[in-house]
Formats: sequence, C-alpha cells, structure tokens
Amino acid sequence: MEPEAAKLIGAGLAAIALAGAGVGIGHIFGNYLSGALRNPAAAASQFPNLLLGFALAEATGLFGLVVALIILFVF
Amino acid sequence: MASESHSAEGGGMALDPMHQFEVHPILKINLGGIDASFTNASLWMVICVISVALLLLAGSSKLVPGRLQSVGELAYEFIANMMRDILGDSGRAFFPLIFTLFMFILAANMWGMVNIPVLLHPFTVTSHIIVTFAMAMFVFILATIVGFVKHGAGYLKLFVPSGVPAILLPLLVVIETISYFTRPISLSVRLFANMMAGHTMLKVFAGFVVGMGLLGGFVPLAIMVALTGLEILVAFLQAYVFAVLTCIYLNDAINMHH
Repeated sequence: MEPEAAKLIGAGLAAIALAGAGVGIGHIFGNYLSGALRNPAAAASQFPNLLLGFALAEATGLFGLVVALIILFVF
Repeated sequence: MASESHSAEGGGMALDPMHQFEVHPILKINLGGIDASFTNASLWMVICVISVALLLLAGSSKLVPGRLQSVGELAYEFIANMMRDILGDSGRAFFPLIFTLFMFILAANMWGMVNIPVLLHPFTVTSHIIVTFAMAMFVFILATIVGFVKHGAGYLKLFVPSGVPAILLPLLVVIETISYFTRPISLSVRLFANMMAGHTMLKVFAGFVVGMGLLGGFVPLAIMVALTGLEILVAFLQAYVFAVLTCIYLNDAINMHH
C-alpha cells in the first residue's frame, strides 16, 4: 500500500472516535432531561454540571480528531 | 497584515481551512539566536489582556452599575460562586489566578469568533497547543507545589486510594499516578482541540457556501449560522471547564479527598 493512502485511511479510522463522543453527549443530555422531568425543582442547580459533562464528553471525542490531524499533517 | 497573509498564500484563495492558524511575525525580533518576534498571536494576546482590563476597569465605580460594569460584576460573581462551591473558603487566595485564567481564555475564545473582513483577521490564541499547554502546565506545577507545601510527603497519599482490596492496590497506584501526570495534557488538549476543531469546521462550511453557488449556498449558510451559535457556547464552556478543572485540581491539593 502506498504510504499516502495508508495515512488517509488511518486518519479516517481515528475520526471514528467521534462516535463515542456522540453517544456520550446524547447520554448526558438524555439523562439530564429525564432527571429534570422527574424533579424539575432540582434541575436548575444541576445545569452547570450538565455543561461540564457535555464539555468533558465532547473533548474525549476531539482527542480522536487531534490524532487524525496529527496523522494527516505531522507525518 | 491582511495583504501580507494573502501574498504569502500565493493567490490560492482562503479555502484552506488550516490557513487561519498560521502564525506570522509582525515585528521581527531576534534575541541572541532566539526568535522572539512579535507575531499575530502575540498581538491577539495583547488585545485579549487589554479588552479584559478595559471591561473590568471601565466605569467600575458606580453604586448602580451600568451595562459594562454589570458584565464585569457578573463575571466576578460567577467565578467566585463556582470557587466557593468547589474549593470552599480554603481556596480564597487562588481567586485572582483562576479569575485571570478564565477571563483570558474567554477573551481569547471570543475574539476568535470576531471577523471583520480585511480590517481584522481573526486569530484564536487558544487554538495553539503551546499556549494552552503553558497554562495547563502552570496549573499542574502550582497544584503539585501547593499539595507538597500543605501536606508534606503526605501528599503522596493522593496516589493511594483508600478502602481498596490489597490485591488491587498496586494496579490502582499505577493508574492513579498515570492519571495525575496526564492532567496537564488532557487539560491543554481539551481546550486546544475544541477551539481548533470548531474553527476548522466553520471554515470548511464557509468553503461549502462559496462552492455551492448562489442558490445551493444558502443551505450551508444556515448551518453556519447555527454552528456559529454553537461555537460561541463552546467558547464560553471551554473557558468555564478550564477554570472548573483548575479548581478541582487545586482542591485535590488543598483538601485531599482521597
């Protein structure tokens, strides 16, 4: 296989990590919503935690993106 | 600055989504072989610091606050409340540090979203890993020093979780140690990757708007508007997350929850 082709395939594979971030973000917002509908009084106080969880989950997926970019532009 | 960047590109139109991250010197300075040029990154850092200082200092003397003063007071209270929740009263001394970090990152992220064609080329300082890594490493070293000063050698107990079966302990110590030392990496890469990925995505969609012509271009344009809103949210969130995690690391060092 040509190195250039292998590079592109590897970068594409690394981007699959974003699927996990998608699952995680959906999980966080879904659980927040179900919790908020059960106990709306406590929902507002947990909003910062929701945002924190969202940011942490999103960042994990972006690590995969960074790997893809490293493969594409560094090697 | 604008004409310089375009000529450097060789007339290839700004469709390359990575072009926005290029650092080029404005004022060339050479300190004994070390390249200490004043670059566009330095210029934007100066702009960030000045804008934060103006926001917090301008008209901050009235009893009934004006709009600008309200923003400054809101930001102050926001961080003060967040610190009180996480650190308690023990971390009061670190308020200036965390407030500065938060405001600087927020200003850098928000200035990155501002684009005035020709006049003001947008540049996101925090989309460069060396900037975020420097800040994260500072926080990491500070937390470690604070931990050792406060607890002496007892700070090493942080790596030994309590209430764990003896068989699992060696494994957990290794995991805890690794997770401690990857903190600066995850802290810096989180901010850098979010900023860089967001801005690359915006540029890619902007390329679609140009590429799809007058009629088809409106679809990616609508998506761009939504993405810009999302990016502004992310810009704020990442500054907040950086501040929160700094607080959590300092809390580990001061109060030692393990």
